Amino acid sequence: MNTVVIGAGMHPWGKWGKPFIEYGVAAARAALADAGVSWTDVQYVVGADTIRNGYPGFIAGATFAQALGWNGARIASCYAACASGAQAIDLARTRILAGLCDVALVVGADSTPKGFFKPVGGKRPDDPDWLRFRLLGATNPAYFALYARRRMALYGSTAADFAAVKVKNAACGALNPMARYRKPVTEQEVLASPMVADPLRLMDICATSDGGAAVVLASAEFARRHGISRPVRLAAVSTVTPTFPNTTLELPAFATDSAAAVSEQAPQLRIPAPERPFRADIAHAAYEEAGLGPDDLSFAEVYDLSTALELDWMEDVGLCPPGEAEKLLRAGDTTLGGRIPVNPSGGLASFGEAIPAQAIAQVCELTWQLRGTAGARQVAGARVGLAANQGLFGHGSAVIATT
Amino acid sequence: MTLAIDGWFTIGDDGTHLLGTRCADCGTVSFPPQWGFCRNPHCSGETQEETRLPRQGTVWSYTNACYAPPPPFAAAEPYTPVTLAAVELAEAGIIVLGQVKDLTVDELRVGMELRLTHGPLADGPLVWMWEAAQ
Ligand SMILES: [Zn+2]
Repeated sequence: MNTVVIGAGMHPWGKWGKPFIEYGVAAARAALADAGVSWTDVQYVVGADTIRNGYPGFIAGATFAQALGWNGARIASCYAACASGAQAIDLARTRILAGLCDVALVVGADSTPKGFFKPVGGKRPDDPDWLRFRLLGATNPAYFALYARRRMALYGSTAADFAAVKVKNAACGALNPMARYRKPVTEQEVLASPMVADPLRLMDICATSDGGAAVVLASAEFARRHGISRPVRLAAVSTVTPTFPNTTLELPAFATDSAAAVSEQAPQLRIPAPERPFRADIAHAAYEEAGLGPDDLSFAEVYDLSTALELDWMEDVGLCPPGEAEKLLRAGDTTLGGRIPVNPSGGLASFGEAIPAQAIAQVCELTWQLRGTAGARQVAGARVGLAANQGLFGHGSAVIATT
Repeated sequence: MTLAIDGWFTIGDDGTHLLGTRCADCGTVSFPPQWGFCRNPHCSGETQEETRLPRQGTVWSYTNACYAPPPPFAAAEPYTPVTLAAVELAEAGIIVLGQVKDLTVDELRVGMELRLTHGPLADGPLVWMWEAAQ
């Protein structure tokens, strides 16, 4: 039994200044139209929550369902930081796989303030997300920068390598009508942009955006009944958590888990690293579920919160061994027309982040690429696509879709 | 002397120390302190003891904030970039993030030794900070 994607739709990313509901409804209507499914026939609606837009944002499923016109469908709303959209997709998928419904709509949308993401307001000393700003001034880019500097120290990566990621993604984004930034950039422009969190400059770091994305999921049987031949298949959705001890300094933490106790229990291991770092675990679980591996991929969409992080992700999803991502990048392997294009959508570099919509947008891109309808940014002969992301508090996702 | 947060670090004659918890059953060290349930999934321990983390470690990575971070951070005026370092405390098997006192990113290297001290936030309260280990 399979879950298939029969509709995908987005509201263009930008800084439009409208309520998130408008973006979500626009995306939902586009996805339903794409699927040829009437809203009144949808049996299950899942909303990916936004935590910056008040009560309606916390109950996104109901908010979108009401805005589309109550149709009696069952609903769910969920929040999983950057993986919210993927978790929403997973909820709908499992309900379809369980045979409890045939067709479901998944929607995520966000309306974002200007500048760095701030913690939710008020004095909340019990919230690590509030405390890291209060005690350290540690913004999200600060964490991205720690990873980037670590990469430079471990592998000799350079600022020019990071800039080359932006150049590649901007070139793809220029071809994507849904992207917010649609201008090609040069390495010189990136390297001349202001330093934000050393070694990352403004153009190395993804912006925060408004946007909305939606998919219509269905059972393969429903698709067949509706005359949809060869729909894109969801082969895996991984939403695994880290394994203790997580020895990576994760956003928004003050410290890693300690590896010391585990070494006492297993004295043969002085400092036992988990089998894989968390990001690699996320992808690994998806490969296992799909029965596929990195060599099977036609392209990958990875969460380039920073340019440097795209290089980390390439290794985490198994496109190359640790320390070799720059080689692939510089050889043109990950560009459109290359051996394994990475972020053919233009990635976060071209979109900016609209948190609850982003993982759904990744699946929209998988869908269009695998249908062969991605236009000027089409990956030739795409048969298997992977989308991966990671967010705060142990959240992350990897989705594998196939033709 | 006001600490910006209670129970996370202590200032004494023998220097500034980060305070963590240590599980009485399995020895898992946690920072910030985790009173109560142990975070080790193989351990059902609920008794934690306060423990001081090692004062000195090596830089795992570092960065700075070229623009003033948003509230609730209290930014100095005029603003000078805050330096941050993630320092690996090998014996405790843990990496801890903190502000760095009196060093810019140009003076830091991955692998260099830093040790714990403290310093004030711009609005007064003290917080733990890393400094050159001499
Ligand atoms: Zn324990």
